[in-house]
Amino acid sequence: MKNQNIKFIQGNEACVEGALYAGLDFFAGYPITPSTEIAELLSYRLPQKGGKFIQMEDEIASMGAIIGASLTGSKVMTATSGPGFSLMQEALGYAIMTEIPCVIVNVQRGGPSTGIPTHVSQGDVYQARWGTHGDHAIVTITASSHQDVFQTTVDAFNISETYRTPVILLYDEVIGHMRERLVLPKQGELPLVERLRTSVREGVDYHPYLPREDGRLPMSDFGGVHRYNVTGLFHDMWGFPSDNPEVVHDLIRHLVDKIRNNVNQIARFKEYYLKDAKCILISYGSSARSARHVVEYLRPRGEKLGLLELQTLWPFPHDIVNEKCVNAKHIVVVEMNMGQILREVKRAVERPERVFMANRIDGVFITPKDIRDILRVIQGKGV
Amino acid sequence: MTIKGYIRERFFPHIWCPGCGHGIVLNSLLRAIEKLGMSKNEIVVVSGIGCSSRISGYVDFHTLHTIHGRALAFATGVKMSRPELNLIVPMGDGDALAIGGNHFIHAARRNIDMTAIVMNNRIYGMTGGQYSPLSGYGTLATTAPYTNIDYAFDTVELAKAAGASFVARSTTYHVQQLAKILKQAIVHEGFSVVEVLSQCPTYFGRKNRKGTAADMMEYYKNNTTPVGSKAKKENPDLIERGVFVEKEMLEYCREYDKIIERAMKGRT
Repeated sequence: MKNQNIKFIQGNEACVEGALYAGLDFFAGYPITPSTEIAELLSYRLPQKGGKFIQMEDEIASMGAIIGASLTGSKVMTATSGPGFSLMQEALGYAIMTEIPCVIVNVQRGGPSTGIPTHVSQGDVYQARWGTHGDHAIVTITASSHQDVFQTTVDAFNISETYRTPVILLYDEVIGHMRERLVLPKQGELPLVERLRTSVREGVDYHPYLPREDGRLPMSDFGGVHRYNVTGLFHDMWGFPSDNPEVVHDLIRHLVDKIRNNVNQIARFKEYYLKDAKCILISYGSSARSARHVVEYLRPRGEKLGLLELQTLWPFPHDIVNEKCVNAKHIVVVEMNMGQILREVKRAVERPERVFMANRIDGVFITPKDIRDILRVIQGKGV
Repeated sequence: MTIKGYIRERFFPHIWCPGCGHGIVLNSLLRAIEKLGMSKNEIVVVSGIGCSSRISGYVDFHTLHTIHGRALAFATGVKMSRPELNLIVPMGDGDALAIGGNHFIHAARRNIDMTAIVMNNRIYGMTGGQYSPLSGYGTLATTAPYTNIDYAFDTVELAKAAGASFVARSTTYHVQQLAKILKQAIVHEGFSVVEVLSQCPTYFGRKNRKGTAADMMEYYKNNTTPVGSKAKKENPDLIERGVFVEKEMLEYCREYDKIIERAMKGRT
């Protein structure tokens, strides 16, 4: 019997399935390799459920359009890759400042600049963290399999609504274009977070930027009974521009603390054979697939190897990484860049001299053999 | 509703300089809205960055003060999600036609239903008087200390060429006409562009020896003429004002509704 809920699809399609499952209403985007399939598929699927799709004139406009749509109460997303992600940075900062929920997918390709558009890279990890100007916090999540792409996409919408923050889904070209099985969860199987709306009634003062005691900000949809101002300037509880030092200080603390204070709640990771591991691989995204292969291959051959697969990259779960690596002799960060998560791991663990890098930066997917070769060197077993 | 009822008094005084034309634009806009008898909850004002863009903070509608040049992109998202809302997008000349030029022509091309107001003072006021794409050849600015060698856009011609279905121009001197035109623009279904010549005595005026705010408004009086007037034929240097384009065209959100209908039919 044919099971309608099992699909053999690309990672980009799995992301679309996750977004629709989470209740996506509005998508604005601009074509760019290797993320284009997300826009193509949503232009077909969204109107089928009464949702809206628009192809904007560039990525700046795409980001603007999703922020505008989110303010009316829609769940929104855009998808892009390196150069487009660069263009989105200013409006991304606006969404952070104005606390407007939105999801931004970056299917990473090689950079800088036009780089190597059809090949894989994980070079945008730091751009996701610090691409937009000014002090801020951000949530960035990734995944290594289509089932996890689906799950993390749903998570991204939930986190975005919970904390009223943009969430970046930082996939990569291999994940985006690889085909594998996806089992679609039934409606109701995964929890969905809907927008927290204000209970303040019409005619009563609504303060759009006065956080509740738990730090959350109930929203009122544009077009509803509460009219208020939204600005990227520092603003008071009315949403009106302010340069009062106390207002400025409190707002930036609120924006950073609402994420920082919830690092462990936002942290998503998977672990394999960590308990007795003498050597721990840390990886994420598609490179975690090769890392996992190495662990599964060497374990039966007597090597005490484990894998910590990170899904949440930002806020970086420093305490969790430190705790998991306490007993390891070697910690090897497997990634396809010049050591972006490596740096964070070194900052997280005690005795950072234990931390090594296994990377590839030539646009070619890092293989299990690449990792094994580097392991031999690290473990002093020769080249 | 009185005009005062549309104002957020809490947020006054405004930041505009004495003599600035932008307050007159605000006045005309509110008079137009009052005449139309619109409810405050059905109006969304989206602006960018600059002196003009502060207009959004002062009015008691749903107001979105965005980033430089991108107001129309944000407005597109609001409008597509909630097509029943009325979108008004006040912008400065640099905001709309330099950094925002791309969004301007594409919003016009789509004919999405919103009213774009280009408050043209021919200068970047908020940053202190640099030349804008509407300053024009031969003008002076803090970044054109010798002279400006950039030619200006003609906002009306640009909007027409990009496909806007309503295009008009007025000035801060012609307040009655301005309110009437804004009313027409808001009612028009499709992308409406209203250029308003608005004086900046502080920077453009001072740099270019245009005199006081009153002198600059007098200039608008003496150097503009109704569209298609005989005076224009005799003196081609006169600036035409009035409605240049008003045509019925399929509107973007309504067209998208048809897409939804088609997509849903294909499904069942």
